[in-house]
Amino acid sequence: MTARADDELWSAIGDPSRRRVLDLLVGKGGVSASWLAGHVPFSRQAVSKHLVVLEKAGLISRRRQGREVLYQVEADRLDQAARAMTDIAAQWDQRLGAIKRLAEAAHAETQRKRYLED
Amino acid sequence: MPGLVIEREILIEAPAEVVWRTITEPAQMSHWFADRVDLVVEPGAHGYMEFGDQGGPVVVEIVDPPTRFSFRWNYPHGEEPVAGNSMLVEFTLTPVGDERTHVRVSESGHELRDWPDAERQRYADEHLDGWVDFLERLARVSAELRSG
Repeated sequence: MTARADDELWSAIGDPSRRRVLDLLVGKGGVSASWLAGHVPFSRQAVSKHLVVLEKAGLISRRRQGREVLYQVEADRLDQAARAMTDIAAQWDQRLGAIKRLAEAAHAETQRKRYLED
Repeated sequence: MPGLVIEREILIEAPAEVVWRTITEPAQMSHWFADRVDLVVEPGAHGYMEFGDQGGPVVVEIVDPPTRFSFRWNYPHGEEPVAGNSMLVEFTLTPVGDERTHVRVSESGHELRDWPDAERQRYADEHLDGWVDFLERLARVSAELRSG
């Protein structure tokens, strides 16, 4: 089976600059887009784009405080993301384990035949 | 290439040629990967992989026996896998003596398609931290957020 992270989650985390934004939010919590823009090497406009993607993927949420919109991470979704990524790595470990068993069995069989022929 | 990269490794007690056949022969692939693999192992070849009652197209990229094999897939979607919509799976086999083979597999996906190349490259250079570090941080932080 191939349980994989859903696309929005995957592509949200797959982008290094979005990871940077997410990182800042994880560290601070409840900050504005302007504050974020002051702490990353890309434009305010780019920050806004990343926030939209992260929010769509459910990794962050926003709340209004006075005249400001503040962003924070969503712990449950973050946890889900972490587990989805671990699952993908675990699937490759399983596949590599299967390749190892198959290749070693094939090799042992070849050795055995060669031994019988000699 | 920027984006999410998953890398795993294993040491196999068999020569690279044997491991190569296990990894690339469609009949063998069906034992470790998909339930059914319909694929010609040639660069640029288009194939199909089935997982239970689902499946998706596959495109072979590099075939360099017995060391490099890569393909793109975008399971479970039906679109043609090209850079930007799919995952690239790359196998690298390194012989260790005559009888053993080190295998590394990486799966990478979703590039920064909305970004101009120069910016893309700059961000990639600046943020070479792998997804594994990020994952560990995520797991730690979500645990903290939970207990907090």
